[in-house]
Amino acid sequence: MSVFDGLKFRKVTSPVHNLDPRMKFIYVIVIFVSAILFSSIIPLMVLFVMQLPFVFVAKVQKQWVRSLRGAAFLALFIFIINIVTSYFGNNFTLLASNIEAAIALTLRFVVLIESFSVFFLTTSPDHLGLALEQSRVPYEFAFAFTTAVRFVPVLAEEAQTIMDAQKARGLELEKGNLLKRIRNYIPVLIPLIVSAIRRSLELAEAMESRAWGASKKRTNLFSLKLHKGDYALLALSIGVLVGAIYISFFVSIPTITSLF
Amino acid sequence: MIEAEDIHYSYPNKVEALKGVSITIKDGEFVAIMGQNGAGKSTFIKHFNGLLKPTQGRVKVDGVDTTKTSVASLARNVGFVFQNPDHQLFSETVEEEISFALKNFCFDKKIIEDRVTWALELLSINQYRKTSPFLLSGGERKRVALASVLAWDPQTLILDEPTIGQDHEQKEKLRQFIMQMKAQKKTIVIVTHDVEFVAECNPRVILMKDGKIIADGIGTAILTDPVMLELSSIVLPQIAEVFTKLGALGLPKNIIDIYEAKALLLKVRERLNK
Repeated sequence: MSVFDGLKFRKVTSPVHNLDPRMKFIYVIVIFVSAILFSSIIPLMVLFVMQLPFVFVAKVQKQWVRSLRGAAFLALFIFIINIVTSYFGNNFTLLASNIEAAIALTLRFVVLIESFSVFFLTTSPDHLGLALEQSRVPYEFAFAFTTAVRFVPVLAEEAQTIMDAQKARGLELEKGNLLKRIRNYIPVLIPLIVSAIRRSLELAEAMESRAWGASKKRTNLFSLKLHKGDYALLALSIGVLVGAIYISFFVSIPTITSLF
Repeated sequence: MIEAEDIHYSYPNKVEALKGVSITIKDGEFVAIMGQNGAGKSTFIKHFNGLLKPTQGRVKVDGVDTTKTSVASLARNVGFVFQNPDHQLFSETVEEEISFALKNFCFDKKIIEDRVTWALELLSINQYRKTSPFLLSGGERKRVALASVLAWDPQTLILDEPTIGQDHEQKEKLRQFIMQMKAQKKTIVIVTHDVEFVAECNPRVILMKDGKIIADGIGTAILTDPVMLELSSIVLPQIAEVFTKLGALGLPKNIIDIYEAKALLLKVRERLNK
């Protein structure tokens, strides 16, 4: 669950939080694409380090570290799978370059998690919805998306209450074999689903009584405008993308093992 | 018997909900815990069946430290009815819902049937035996939830906001039922904002505020103390309010019982008629 903790938005103000979500998203995509372009350690290290200023300026180090810690298990999994496949693929020998490649691929995954984590940690669901809307995504979809994001913590809390209520009636979640344990969750899942449906119907009624869908075009209290910082970020994104493409096609990147 | 010794509790997000609470609830006692939202009432009662373990201090239920045993084994003696019935209903029929806990506690099939019938009749929901709990009204669902806990006949019963969504008749039934349980020497703890209901029952009242107990005593004393009640965002029960305003007539102020009030007022009339 700690991966999700690392994606949860908390209201703070910082230059990074104030950036336009659309530009931040473009930047994340650029990092994403660049990470996919490279499969050696040095450029991936550069990409990893490039995110750090954002983390520190946004003051989200703690949550960011938590999201990385949450992803550690998957990262380890990727590392082991790579080591194992190259070991068996190379007639049961393991070269230093194989280990390096495995580290690089793990690092690539960490870079992807890192950039998405920074994006979600510094972008409020409201801003995200607004960005979707201003990118001509139909309001219904934008609303559904932001509502889903917003209700995750509510549902998590509700699940805890339901578990307590059933434990108080003698339910032991940790008892029995695997199949029994899965069955143990039925008394938790059914109330959770029923109450989520009930909640959504209530929300729909409440919204309709507040004139949801009364006019085709809604107005917004806030609208996103691009500022200097946003253009700077866009320029940086383009720069990184062009640089990454150039380097990956025309520059031969030394591997760590070849340096020794 | 429930004994809490100077318990503190902090949630994982570092919010300290209980800041040193001590209390002893003897067998057969009827206790109402009151206080404003966020006072720590719900956090506190969740310690009584081990759902929460104190971060500091100790809770003992019948002499057993709650940190040394499981919720399931504590639940056998401490029944806990949650505020929102929708947080526990999941079965296809009311009957199955009520037998859920009994099955968890490994009761005999025959006993389960008897207990289910007994609980259904006690709360007058026998006609819904084969109905889906999801088709019932809010008040009825609440009674199903209560029945599902009563069915295993725990020594202690904890009710979180039992009067919400119940009409007057059901509240009266609930009151009578609590009195009946009390007569059987069961321990009952309720958490409520319903001051009139508490005034009618006249139990031991505990007021909480900011994670601490600020008052603990008999209902007639606490529910007629305007200062303490205001601290807990509770208004005086109507009868107490009337007698506070009638102070000039030389009447006692600590009256919450309607029959006592009537007798006193009749006396005043006699005196005025003379």
